[in-house]
Parts: sequence; structure tokens; C-alpha cells
Amino acid sequence: MKTLQKKKSAVNKILNAYGIFLVLVIMCIVISILSDGRFLAYRNIVNVFRQVSITGILAIGATLILITGGIDLSVGSVLALAGVIAADMAHPESAFPLAVVFLTAVLIGLAAGAVNGALIAYAGAPPFIVTLGMTTAARGMALLYAKGQPIVDFKKSFNFIGQGNLLGIPVPVWILIFITIVSGIILHSTKLGRYIFAVGGNEDAARASGISVKNVKFFVYIYMGALCGIVGLILAARTNTGAPNAGAGYELDAIAAAVIGGTSISGGKGHIAGTVIGMLILGVLSNGLDILNISTYIQQIVKGIVIVLAVLMDIVQTKRD
Amino acid sequence: MTMMEEKLLVMHGITKEFPGVRALDHVELQLEKGTVHALMGENGAGKSTLMKILMGIYQPDEGEITLKGQTVKIDNPKKALKMGISMIHQELMPIPDMSVADNIFLYDYPAKKGFVQKSVLYKKTEELFRELGIEGVSSRVFMKELSQAQMQMVEIAKAVSAKADVIIMDEPTSAISDHEVENLFRIICTLRSKGVGILYISHKMDEIFKISDYITVLRDGQYIDSAPSDKLNQEKLVRLMVGRELKSIYDRHPSVTGEVMLEVKHLKCKGVCEDVSFKLHKGEVLGFAGLVGAGRTEIMEAVFGMRKRQGGDIIKEGKKLKICNVRDAIDYGLALASEDRKKFGLFLELSISYNITISWLKHLQKSGIVNRRGEREKAGNLSKDLQIKSSSIKTRVGKLSGGNQQKVVLAKWLLTEPDILILDEPTRGIDIGAKKEIYTLIEQLAREGKGVIVISSEMPELIGISDRIITVHEGAVKGSYTGTEITQERIMMDLG
Repeated sequence: MKTLQKKKSAVNKILNAYGIFLVLVIMCIVISILSDGRFLAYRNIVNVFRQVSITGILAIGATLILITGGIDLSVGSVLALAGVIAADMAHPESAFPLAVVFLTAVLIGLAAGAVNGALIAYAGAPPFIVTLGMTTAARGMALLYAKGQPIVDFKKSFNFIGQGNLLGIPVPVWILIFITIVSGIILHSTKLGRYIFAVGGNEDAARASGISVKNVKFFVYIYMGALCGIVGLILAARTNTGAPNAGAGYELDAIAAAVIGGTSISGGKGHIAGTVIGMLILGVLSNGLDILNISTYIQQIVKGIVIVLAVLMDIVQTKRD
Repeated sequence: MTMMEEKLLVMHGITKEFPGVRALDHVELQLEKGTVHALMGENGAGKSTLMKILMGIYQPDEGEITLKGQTVKIDNPKKALKMGISMIHQELMPIPDMSVADNIFLYDYPAKKGFVQKSVLYKKTEELFRELGIEGVSSRVFMKELSQAQMQMVEIAKAVSAKADVIIMDEPTSAISDHEVENLFRIICTLRSKGVGILYISHKMDEIFKISDYITVLRDGQYIDSAPSDKLNQEKLVRLMVGRELKSIYDRHPSVTGEVMLEVKHLKCKGVCEDVSFKLHKGEVLGFAGLVGAGRTEIMEAVFGMRKRQGGDIIKEGKKLKICNVRDAIDYGLALASEDRKKFGLFLELSISYNITISWLKHLQKSGIVNRRGEREKAGNLSKDLQIKSSSIKTRVGKLSGGNQQKVVLAKWLLTEPDILILDEPTRGIDIGAKKEIYTLIEQLAREGKGVIVISSEMPELIGISDRIITVHEGAVKGSYTGTEITQERIMMDLG
């Protein structure tokens, strides 16, 4: 009886720690079988990662913001704004060196993030409203700048960031890996990371513990802003277009990936590794269903169900705990 | 035994097991009509588990509940309410932006064809208040405008309106002033005379003997004893609760106090105080007495940089401090353990070690990266020193008992190596064993030459542990007493 109980609690432990990971593994196995191994082809796996890289980077940023108890809805618009301006600067006759183009895109993202962050952290405005405003405003700016038309035709070297390969792995995937590692260190190993959890876990206690709640909040939004700039670049370079209406709805995919990975929407709880698994689940799902020739309409339904199921699973685990 | 009053509620042989622990082991409880029955025991004795079973939040593994002669099965809290069992929680859960009347009748609106009859609603509320002798609360104001004590009375009225004949009160006096306690007791007496049975949980001894008719004692999930209150006294009760003799709770040797450690001069803080000055000496335990709402907590928050000051100086060892926020205060060697540990002290979802080190990470890092081994060591040592009971320092703080949570808060501030500790209600809602440990700790800190300020609403405690007591009334210092000058009467006079 005792050993049985012990076994049961060990199984629970594994489920608690790796539950969502097991879901990913099972999904991969099922899709591999159904697709006669086409899913597991090296090229396809690389493809999954490439597809995942864009929302993946945003999901990492969203994780930090959600843990502080905030939300950023403006990422799609901000990345479009950064994208069109970068695209314009990268046209073949442009005198700007590439480094300046990249830096500008990141700075535009940072600036938008700083506006969000300042209003939320220092003026005390609700994140939902502030970033909702930024969603519309940044989209308007992108459309205005691009005169409503996509900007096409860049220098070849610019496209490298979206289409190039290094050691057989696409550049966007390298960027995703780099950002994941940096963010993982920030969140789980630094003082700042502890403070991010503290602010979301109990804002009053954070303040009473000597933590500058405002600066922590400000940081997560400008960090997200910078990531938007990077994603804007990647997306423009990959599609060969600076589209003013790019990125719409990406904020929800980013939040979904974080939430599937166990990040709490009410703050104080989350993990970068979880978010990575979350983005892979979404990526594998859409890639797998594509391979199996399932219509995108049905894909959307399945995606919706997966998001809700993942959160339910998390709630059940927390309750059992 | 023949003509005993009708037993209102009998809980017999109640057993409840959680993974790894037997929280209740064949516990007995008998509540008679029109009596106040105190449920006593240290934290972790099983009081709240037993009450949760009665409210239908947990199901017992064994045992039987008989309500008014009928065996019942209480599946959930809704069913408990229907059967006439209500609970006034320690932390009240009002709906702040609805009126008092709405809060009371939320689940039973006087309505005609679905339309709420406002006039009937208010009339019924006022009748109810008259019946219970509740004064000074309007049925129309928003709940958020009431004081803690008033909200509690509304909760009691709500229970009565739900026709409850068993009312559980969990630490009802933990957040209200002495004057309000008297008011509460009057209402409890009214309820008693109406035949309501009241299960009363509290850690305050004097209160128990004042209000209760019977006392049942639990210890480590075991039923220990049950007796009429007049057959017991404080000593006997403590012995039953802890299972050993506690010589004296306050075992204090007055410490030798040294030169001035901290001086607050002409502190001005909008809405709190106009001109407050006081001194704290090295090695001194300075008690702050005052009614709830007198401004003791707020004054300390102003000193600690949690509130904006409009004027005044804070001087430590002759040096004027520039405290603009909590960080500054910590860096100057101040620490403040808040009265509301759940709100201002703890991150319940995070681990013990996380909570202990959060204010001292500056010293546990190298270029921003936290030194995990150092963190584990510091947290581990402190949790051993303070005897925080848990399986590991990775345990979530939310899982700990009140006493252990309080120790985590203290550990966090001890880690910052403060010279001055401000402890606001350090023993609120924790059991007598943990209280004793905290008193010992305070004494030890004073002996090490630190200055300790203690705010407490429990007069015997404050008198028992302080070298000097300052009384605060309506945001102003009234008096300062040392040695034999410290008497309950004198302090009460100042607070009046």
C-alpha cells in the first residue's frame, strides 16, 4: 500500500514537472505515425523551428510581462512599425549601413516599449488599456509611414537575417535560441528576475521589501519593445516586404505559448522552459496539421481547444498540489 | 445527564487524513443551543480543518455529524449554509462596491418578479441591525466605507439573516480594537440569548474566559478535553493546549539600554500625524500602544519610507538619514515587519528561500547573477535558527502555518542585518508556542544591542516584553513609561 502510494506520488511529481513536455512528445509521436515519418524529416523539423521563431521570440517577452502581472497587446503593431521603417531604410540605393538599419528597428521597438512602460509603471495606467492604445497608434504610424502600401525590394544582405542559414540552421532560429538563453538567465538567475516574480506575486510586499516596482515594470515593457524591433526585422527580411499590416494577432499567439507553458496570466508564476515548450506545441500542431492536409479552419479550432486544455491541466495540477 | 439541553451539533469521531499527516484523529465536538463554545489549540492542532469539515469544504474520512438530532452529510459550503451553519472568516470577504444591505441579502434578495425591492431591502437590513443591537452602520453606504469591525458586524448580520443557528467565528478580534471587541461581545451575547450556538476560535486567552461557556481543546489533531469554561483557568488551558507547562510566556530580563540609536523628530505625515517625536535606545525594546487606527502602523511606515513625509527628521546614531523609499531604509539598517504579513510581507506562491532572501539579494549576487549556493546557505541557516517547520526551504510559503509564515518574515528582515527592527503586531494570529519563540527572539536581539520597536494591540504582551512603552492617540504621542510606571490602567487612560 505504502509503495503504491509512493509510486503514485512519484508519477504525480513527473506529471507536475514534465506534464506539458509529455504532451509535446505525445503530439510529435502521433503526428509522426499519421504522417508516415514525413514530420520527422530533418527539413521539416528545421521548418517547425523557423515557423516558431517569430512568435517564439515574442512569447519569451510576453512571459516576462505576464509574470509581472501585466500584458502587452501592442506587439503586432509595434513590430510592423519597426518593420516598415527598417524596410524603407534597406532599399537597394539606401546609404544606411545595415547595422544602422538594425539598430533603428530595435530603437523604434524600445521607444514604443518605453512609452508603454512609462505609462504603466510611472503613471499607473492599466496595461491592457495602455497597450491597446499603442496597438492602434503604432499601426496607424506604420500605415502612415508606408502610405498604406507594403514596402518591397531590399538589399540582398538585409534578407540574410530572415532567410539566411548558419551551420544548417536558419538565422531566425539562432536569434530565438540566443534570446531564450539570455531571457532565461535574466528571469531565473538574476536579481532582476527575482524582482520580476516578486512584483507579479505580491506587488505590495515587493514594495515593502525595498524593490522598485516601477523600474521592474518599466524594464519588462522596454525589453518586449526591443524584441518587437528584432521580430519586425526578421519578418520583413523573411517575407521580403515591410508590410504595415504585418503581425496582427501575434500578441495572442505569444500569450498563448506562454500560458500553455504554465505562465500565469495573473502574475507571479512562469518559466522560460515552459514557454519554449508552449511555442513548440503550437508550432508542431500547425505544422503537423498542415502535413496531414487538414484545413486551416479546423486548425484554428484545434488550437483554441489546445490553449484552453493546457490551462485547465495546469489548474488541475495546482489544485492537486 | 438526563435533562441536558438539546445538543445543537455533535461531531463524533471525526478523522481526516492528508497525504503524510493525520490532521484529525477521532475528534469530538458538542455544541449546545445558546452557548459560546471556544475551540482552542495551537496552530496546526486541527481547528481549521475541523471547521472546514463542518462547512463542507472538506469531507471527513471517518466520523459522523449530527445537527439538531439528525445525522447529516455536508457536501459543500452551500449546503452548510442551507442547514444553518455560517462562518465569519478571519479575513472578511465583502463586496466593496455594493451597499451594506446588498451584501447581507445578496443570496436572498427581497424581490418581486425578479425586480429588487430596494425599500424592503433597506427596511429589512435596519430591522436586523436593531434586533442585533448593531449601531452606527447605515444600510445604504458602500461596504468599502466601513471599518474592519463594522464589516464584521455586517457579516454576522448576514449569517443571522440566513437563519444560521450555528455560527463559526474564526479569530474575530484579531483586527479590531478593544472598544470594538466589547461591541462584538455584546452582539455575541444577543445571539446567544436567541439560542444560536457559536463556535469561537481565538488565540487570546483573556477573551476566551470572558465570552465562552465551554472550551474544547485540540492538540496535534487529537481531541484532548472539553469542559465548562469556569472549570478551567489560563494555566490549565495552556497546559492542555501545549501538553507541557509554560512557565511564563513573558520571561523577560530587562536589558541594559545604551545610547540613543534612533531619533524621530517632529515627524509630519499627511492624514497620519502632525508632530511626532520619539527616541529608541540601543538594546531597548520599545513598545507602541494605541488603539487600532491611532496611527502607530502609519507612523512606522512613514519612518520606513513607505509613506511620504511632509516634515521631520530621522536621526540614527547622530546622523540625519535621507529615507525616500524602502530601499534607503534597508540600506540604513532599518527593518519593518508589517502587521499584514500576507499583504506586505510574503510572496505566498514562492519558496521559503526566495522569500527570505528577496530584500538582501544585493549581497548575494555578482554582476546581477544570484549566487544560488549562498542563497540556499543563508536561507537554510536562518530557517534552522528560527525553527521554521517545513520539509525543505523550497516549500511554498503559502503552505506554511501562520506562525511559520511569520518566522519567514522575521528571517527575511534578520538577513538584512538591521540595527533597528520595527515589528508590527509580530504575534497576530499565531499560536502560543510560536509566540513564545518570537518573544525570545526579540529579547535576544535587544541583548545583541539592536533597537526593537514593537507595535501590539495585546496589552499583556506589550507590557510583558517592553522596556519602555509609548502611547499613541489620534496620531500623537501621549506618554512614555518605563519600569514600574508601566501599568495597564495608565496606558488605558492615555488611549481613552
